[in-house]
Amino acid sequence: MSEQGMFGAPGTGDTSGYGGLVRTAASTGSSERPYGGYFDEVADDLERAYPMFSEAIERVVVDRGELTLHVKREKLVEVSKILRDSLKFEMCMGVSGVNYPTDSGRELHALYPLLSLTNNRRIRLEVSVPDADAHIPSVVEVWAGNNWHERETFDMFGIIFDGHPGLTRILMPDDWQGHPQRKDYALGGIPVEYKGATTPPPDERRSYK
Amino acid sequence: MTTFDPYAPSRDTTEGTVYSVTGGDWDSLVQEIGSTKEERVVVNMGPQHPSTHGVLRLVLELEGETVTEARAGIGYLHTGIEKNMEYRSWTQGTTFVTRMDYLAPLFNETAYCLAVEKLLGITQDVPERASVIRVMMMELNRISSHMVALGTGALELGAISPMFFAFREREIVLDIFEMISGLRMNMAYVRPGGVAQDLPAGAIAKIRDAVKLMRKNFKDNTTLLVGNSIWMKRTQGIGYLDLAGCTTLGITGPVLRSTGLPWDLRKMQPYCGYENYNFDVITADTCDVYGRFLIRMNELEQSLRIVEQALDKLEKLEGAPVMVADKKIAWPAQLAMGGDGLGNSLNHIREIMGTSMESLIHHFKLVTEGFHVPAGQVYVAIESPRGELGAHVASDGGTKPYRMHFREPSFNNLQATSAMSEGGMVADIIGAVASIDPVMGGVDR
Amino acid sequence: MCGDAVDWNGIKKMGLEEKIPSGFVLTTVEKLAGYMRKNSLWPATFGLACCAIEMMAVGSAAKYDISRFGMEVFRASPRQADLMIVAGRVSNKMAPVLRQIYDQMAAPKWVIAMGACASSGGMFNNYAIVQGVDHVVPVDIYLPGCPPRPEMLLDAILKLHSKIYDEKLGSNRAEIIKEVELAAMNATPTIEMKGLLA
Repeated sequence: MSEQGMFGAPGTGDTSGYGGLVRTAASTGSSERPYGGYFDEVADDLERAYPMFSEAIERVVVDRGELTLHVKREKLVEVSKILRDSLKFEMCMGVSGVNYPTDSGRELHALYPLLSLTNNRRIRLEVSVPDADAHIPSVVEVWAGNNWHERETFDMFGIIFDGHPGLTRILMPDDWQGHPQRKDYALGGIPVEYKGATTPPPDERRSYK
Repeated sequence: MTTFDPYAPSRDTTEGTVYSVTGGDWDSLVQEIGSTKEERVVVNMGPQHPSTHGVLRLVLELEGETVTEARAGIGYLHTGIEKNMEYRSWTQGTTFVTRMDYLAPLFNETAYCLAVEKLLGITQDVPERASVIRVMMMELNRISSHMVALGTGALELGAISPMFFAFREREIVLDIFEMISGLRMNMAYVRPGGVAQDLPAGAIAKIRDAVKLMRKNFKDNTTLLVGNSIWMKRTQGIGYLDLAGCTTLGITGPVLRSTGLPWDLRKMQPYCGYENYNFDVITADTCDVYGRFLIRMNELEQSLRIVEQALDKLEKLEGAPVMVADKKIAWPAQLAMGGDGLGNSLNHIREIMGTSMESLIHHFKLVTEGFHVPAGQVYVAIESPRGELGAHVASDGGTKPYRMHFREPSFNNLQATSAMSEGGMVADIIGAVASIDPVMGGVDR
Repeated sequence: MCGDAVDWNGIKKMGLEEKIPSGFVLTTVEKLAGYMRKNSLWPATFGLACCAIEMMAVGSAAKYDISRFGMEVFRASPRQADLMIVAGRVSNKMAPVLRQIYDQMAAPKWVIAMGACASSGGMFNNYAIVQGVDHVVPVDIYLPGCPPRPEMLLDAILKLHSKIYDEKLGSNRAEIIKEVELAAMNATPTIEMKGLLA
């Protein structure tokens, strides 16, 4: 991701004159071995239990003491089953969607934090899909608790989970148009009226980035 | 992708497909069910109902008094908090996050602040006094949250006196909160880097008195309900969910501990210095509503133990800072009571206007722009009264969160209503939902 | 008796009252009805979010007792309730339900918008929250606060009580309604009020 300017409502005119500043947040490449802590064990066990490891796992990132495995979406269900059965990650803490509109080809990410009760470990799976083809296979058959989480991610981001038993809107009214938490969906506030002036809603105010 | 759902029929209009928000055209529904040639009744325990914990909609298919299908409809309190936070600075996020699970506001704040501190890399720099205050406030909040759970759960099952006792205890805790942070609920007290302000003078003595009073008062509820044969008949064997069910549904908290597994994040993956406190993890092995009720009652005593140990530590740490030392992150204002209420103390104003240019610049930049958080993402989990509260925070290096998602325990726990209620009686659903203790603000965010 | 068409309260009389000494009947009925109504208002349970907890604190006898005003019977069924305290944020999904509950209440009915979110959308100025419950139901008392203290809720209830006590009946009521509507039509909108700077 890279951004231009330091001051100004995103998208419209930069009002400060500081437009020369370019700040690039590097999307991290793969971390190198050794990962540290129990992450090496997890990676080794996974490689042993799942011979097609290098095809399914695109990247392994260790950042701030947390391990993230970037998985290809076709292999998600296989990897999940192996993580649950062989590596004992019994619980999935839900699905969290993130929308990176500048990351073309990988705009929508879905994150699955996993928890192992037997080994007291945490890792994370991340799946990236393009906007044009936002389909991810559903992991409800692996961890049933993801049922509502996948519905929420569909509702908020528009990611369609193939194989989900009933993918409908859960937080918004059933006939709502649009997916609210995407970055191209406006916040939807109204200007607040005072005596002789209005305050614009938060997404239209001048603000720092 | 979706098959015909008799509970959410749609019709096509010139403006597109419209779904009926009240849950259906009852004629077609009755016909659809009539075709199955069985005596089935569909009952809608709608979002406004005295016995469902807040705006939860339960659609029940009944055969006589037995529930054959139970579905939970949520979303009636969806506030878009997560999207709202993307337009506010990191410190302002505390005020939003605190209103998600409104019975345990300090837990929301602490999870968020721990995640922000992890992204900033200052987890080790948070002063010890701030961590001890956080632990104390969180345990007091656990007491007040369990009291509401017990009180309203008992009220829904027909026992009215426990609600009065529970709210009396809650008032004691809320008085302490008001003394320390200024507000009874939704205080926005825990900030990234520490806490907003230190304890006022005399607070420790007052809290000790309150702890003694609460210990005495808890006996009222205990003698009333524990061992009460009516209560036990209403709650034993109800809402059964064993360990396999809990793990596949991702359920944590008292529901998981009622299966016998002593899983408590305060012991297994400690945060905020919890490894330095002596307390027990309460479990039950009956997997039912009565077990969860006993767990909550006993966790109250454990919380009081932790509060007392925290008070001892606070007495030793008198005068220590409560905010991180890095001036580029620490919230600048030192608050004090002035002529017109709580505001910046005159000493602080004298300093920033008179003596120190750096302080003025820091104050200005931190309040208007906020601090920058390096890019990355973290997931931090803490043990809230309802289970594992996880904060997934992604930053792009700016002054505002790029994405904030909360994994609320009630969201997962509510999925168990179907598993707990189907096959039982209508009245048992109330008990099952009360034992899950969902807070709809957290479920819907 | 037929000299002044105004009685000792300053209220214009028409019809039957002119035949009876001193406008005795109608005004006393108003006062009596107002007194009865305000002293046993039955609230409907409409607790949504954080404000609902403060409402429960008021309703329970623990510290802020609402039964001193005769209101501890929170009716679950709106058909038996007079007062709807909208406590908490109303989302777009909940708004039709709110209107349905309001419609099910029998007149006379009153609404208190408790908290900042019910009065104006509060801190949540976004796609999901109705910006003020008066977009959906007519509100009698707006109570700010996030959440308002139980004492503030009791104060709002007492103000509502005096409002109910002073409510007129019959032809007097029709007049008052006309006056209020005329005043609202001619009032300056907030954006036009320039204050001290204009």
